[in-house]
Amino acid sequence: MFGYIIRRILAVIPVMAIVAIFVFLLLRLTPGDPAAIIAGDSATPAQLERIRESLGLSEPLHVQLVTWIGQLFRGDLGTSIISNQPVTRLIGQRIWPTLQIGTLTIILSVLIAVPLGVLAAWRHRTWVDYAVMTFSVLGFSIPVFVIGYIFIKIFAIDLRWLPVQGYSAPSENPQAFFTRAILPCLTLATIYVALIARMTRASMLEVLGEDYVRTARAKGVREHIVLFRHALRNAAVPIMTIIGTGFALLISGVVVTESVFNIPGIGRLTVDAILARDYPVIQAMILLTSAIYVFVNLLIDISYTFFDPRIRY
Amino acid sequence: MTLMSHHFSGSILSRGRSVMAAALLAASTAIVPAGTALAQDSETITAVMHSGLRVLDPIITTAHITRNHGYMIYDVLVAQDKDFAPQPQMADFAVSDDGLTYTFTLRDGLMFHNGEPVTAADAVASLERWGKRDSGGQLIFDITASLEATDDKTVTWTLSEPFGPLLDIVSKQSAVPPFIMPASVAATSADEAITDYTGSGPFVFVEEEFEPGVSVTYAKFEDYVPREEPADWMAGGKVVNVDQVKWIAMPDAQTAINALVSGEIDYLEQTPIDLLPILEASPDVAVEVRDPLGYQTMGRMNFKHPPFDDEKIRQAALMAMSQEPILATLIGNPEYYQMCGAIFGCGTPLASETGTETLTGAGDAAGAKALLEEAGYDGTPVVLMQPTDVVTLTAQPVVAAQQLREAGFNVDMQAMDWQTLVTRRASQSAPADGGWNIFFTNWMVPEISSPLINPMVNGRGDDAWFGWPEDPALEELRAEFIAATSVDQQKEIAERIQAHVIDTVNYVPLGQYLPVQSRRTNIVDMIPAPVPVFWEVDKTE
Amino acid sequence: MAAHPQPTSAMQVVLGAIQLPATFRVGFGPILAAIVLVLIVLATATAYLYVPHDPMDMNALERLKGPSETFWLGTDPYGRDLFSRVMIGGQVSLLIGIGAAIVSVFIGLMIGLVSGFFRTADAIIMRIMDALMAIPSILLAIALVALNGPSIWSVIFAITIPEIPRVVRLVRSVVLSAREEPYVEAAIALGSSMSKILWQHLMPNTLAPIIVQGTYICASAILTEAILSFLGAGVSTEIPTWGNIMAEGRMFFQIKPELIFWPGLMLSLCILSINLLGDTARDLLDPRLKKREA
Repeated sequence: MFGYIIRRILAVIPVMAIVAIFVFLLLRLTPGDPAAIIAGDSATPAQLERIRESLGLSEPLHVQLVTWIGQLFRGDLGTSIISNQPVTRLIGQRIWPTLQIGTLTIILSVLIAVPLGVLAAWRHRTWVDYAVMTFSVLGFSIPVFVIGYIFIKIFAIDLRWLPVQGYSAPSENPQAFFTRAILPCLTLATIYVALIARMTRASMLEVLGEDYVRTARAKGVREHIVLFRHALRNAAVPIMTIIGTGFALLISGVVVTESVFNIPGIGRLTVDAILARDYPVIQAMILLTSAIYVFVNLLIDISYTFFDPRIRY
Repeated sequence: MTLMSHHFSGSILSRGRSVMAAALLAASTAIVPAGTALAQDSETITAVMHSGLRVLDPIITTAHITRNHGYMIYDVLVAQDKDFAPQPQMADFAVSDDGLTYTFTLRDGLMFHNGEPVTAADAVASLERWGKRDSGGQLIFDITASLEATDDKTVTWTLSEPFGPLLDIVSKQSAVPPFIMPASVAATSADEAITDYTGSGPFVFVEEEFEPGVSVTYAKFEDYVPREEPADWMAGGKVVNVDQVKWIAMPDAQTAINALVSGEIDYLEQTPIDLLPILEASPDVAVEVRDPLGYQTMGRMNFKHPPFDDEKIRQAALMAMSQEPILATLIGNPEYYQMCGAIFGCGTPLASETGTETLTGAGDAAGAKALLEEAGYDGTPVVLMQPTDVVTLTAQPVVAAQQLREAGFNVDMQAMDWQTLVTRRASQSAPADGGWNIFFTNWMVPEISSPLINPMVNGRGDDAWFGWPEDPALEELRAEFIAATSVDQQKEIAERIQAHVIDTVNYVPLGQYLPVQSRRTNIVDMIPAPVPVFWEVDKTE
Repeated sequence: MAAHPQPTSAMQVVLGAIQLPATFRVGFGPILAAIVLVLIVLATATAYLYVPHDPMDMNALERLKGPSETFWLGTDPYGRDLFSRVMIGGQVSLLIGIGAAIVSVFIGLMIGLVSGFFRTADAIIMRIMDALMAIPSILLAIALVALNGPSIWSVIFAITIPEIPRVVRLVRSVVLSAREEPYVEAAIALGSSMSKILWQHLMPNTLAPIIVQGTYICASAILTEAILSFLGAGVSTEIPTWGNIMAEGRMFFQIKPELIFWPGLMLSLCILSINLLGDTARDLLDPRLKKREA
């Protein structure tokens, strides 16, 4: 088993290397010139050229690539071309809102979706089941920003229960943090709940048909114990898998949700950086989000060994 | 809602008691929304500016947000009052009778945020760095014999020939004012951004709290000694009445408006006119025009490539365009825009609208068609660049494209993000190979108000602004303007420049619009100036 | 390495394991979905025949008007007719959805067949696919649109690239299990040509799952187009799409929610129907499910 875990970790290296090279080349092929952005509207071509040189953008591509990879190995993510701040500092400032909202969303989604899925499977082919399934298809079908605006309209503007926007660090003011985090989390959770509820239901249906569940029921084990202890535990592997795969959806959703709710997280940082061609920031952010995705899925793979007694490596 | 002033002239802000009374009344009747959980310090003004601050060097960029940042933490030697007249700010000034020597004497009590006194050497180093970047500054340095600190407080600037508008350029508030930095900071190459943000202005930049593109905090500089004159535009005493000013960026205008209504923020620099009805419903918010000059929106053609290398075809394009549909689509409410054919901006001393009757009228599609035929236009596509991510530039390309098409132009409108556009407009290649034919942008009126600072009014070919007109006649007119000895003479030359620019279609002025700011009613006494500044302003409770 | 289930092929697990209630399979739901989808496709495809206005016809004096006899759903910020734009806009949204589905399924199928059949190529291809999957698709798509400019084809391309690895994984896993089947082994032993084995024996096995996958890609591409427009990286306003109509309307959400509501409704109905039909198709086509039913 440890051999498997080590092999699995080693497999991450080529993946991340390909991500790094791919992103680097993609950006350098993209039209757009950070020097023009720094200099503003009335700069002359000669001024642009001088700024480009001082930023190291006139170097040949392979030299820039080698420089960047050398920096990465030293743990240096570079300096933002636009704001002249170290990228690590930018990430340090912006990652907390995203992590907090993201974690809260996952917890919220699992807490809502798993019981819904179990319920739908338990009450298979009743109105409960159809309602859950309808919701889960709907969740996939409405753009996340439309959901966000609908929530804002109802809960912040019409009912005035919650603030419209913004972010407040939980360490400074926990109440302000939660009131501001509810709408973005609910918005993000919609699609995630849809995904997980669907998976939970499907997985539970399969397990509920198995012999040991029938045996347990026949032995008179109470229904909620059958559902949550016997069945859910065995249905856990695909559910965990979908939480990991859905993590990519969450990252995409975060980008949009941060714009709608004005949350200063890494999603907005990245989109702004792409629109401004701030190469070091884009490279670092894509590398970072990819690494998070790979890491989360790695953890989930490894966790199978604990959830599913049938899997042995 | 307290709707203050909408108009082009007249008092921009009603100050004093009535506003305070309104604020008190409003405060007592306001519905307190959930947002007040984040209760603001009464000494902090939280402002949403037109864009996030990212670049911190006000000399290297012409971006307005960085210029505004410059006015918070730096000071300038000379500044303009509302009549565009240079007034002493950090320094008094004197001009020798032959017009060749300018002497600036620093006033007492000037100090940098690190406690060091401001010396003439700092001013010299700052002016020199600025002179390498600013186009007006370059003109002066071209004829500078010497610029030196003759003692700790005196800067002596000696020219090789007279240069009448020197003080106008040194005191200008846009796009790059000569902010004074410590000599060690000003020693940074003019092509590299500074990394030390020490100024001597009325606010101190709080570096630890700076989040690029998101928020920036300024603390009152306790040791700043304001001038005694009252504040007037960018001149006069800069008295700071609050402890802190915090700028935050909100990319979504609607979010910002809702935050203002609920009291989460105090001030919103730009309010989309279409959304004013939301604010009108709130008694705690005042909406007003801060800067009566506003912005000029304009189009620029590329002189290097067909079809716009042909003067007749450029003229046809100008005839095809009409300002009103463009402005009406961009702004909506006619109270906030003005048709204006003056290249130097309506409301400025040099304004003249010669030659722009069709532009400010309904256009002349038939005339344009006839002229196109006469010029033998062969249907060469016009590559029109349309930015997709700048709200204040959404309407111009789309409406102008429609007008050009109606006159018979074959328009190829290409959408791209603004950063692609600014890169592409620097390309002199043929439109089919990554070049372009026409694009649009906006300027604050003070940035285009004279032939010396208007970036488009330059006929030096490859050294001119994007579009690169080769126009010796224009350069001669500009030289005449510099040599002019009286204001009347300057006006007369400016009028000829106007006629020439419209006749050669150097660029197409598409009218002026007024930015509307909104604020909580307890934010009072803001200075009506093109730059939103945070001295004078106070927060009452 | 891994036994069942393969930890990395999550999509396959998802596709294989989800069951739908019987009513959704043959009953009321899919029929309604099919009717709605056909209506939307017909209405948008023939829109130029009946819309009352040119969708690009601007009129500054008629901006942001409410519904009236002339403008059935009101007008947008340029004074263009919202109804005409929503109906015409569906054409491009559907084109982007269908285009992205066809292109990513086709490319994914090619790569997946090669990857599943040739062990040497497999390792390299799958590492590249893993890398592509690790990059958040929306960020990759924005960067690709910035690279190629916001034309329809560039948006399709930008949506396609992140979808390809998912198709590749699916096809590869089908091929991997199919090539163990006796008839494929026999064909290999008999020395059938490689292309014959790939096309006649292996490819047909992948058809059912990739058709299902294709419908999901189509739905998600229509959504992604809307999100790209929302983030400022979508198709030009000259070409209306449901996405860019909503993106232009979002600033006016509070004063004129119709600008988001109508295109949003059309888009959501359309995606909802496609997803439901996709689910139905999966249940009908999935041999594993069929076997179980039997």
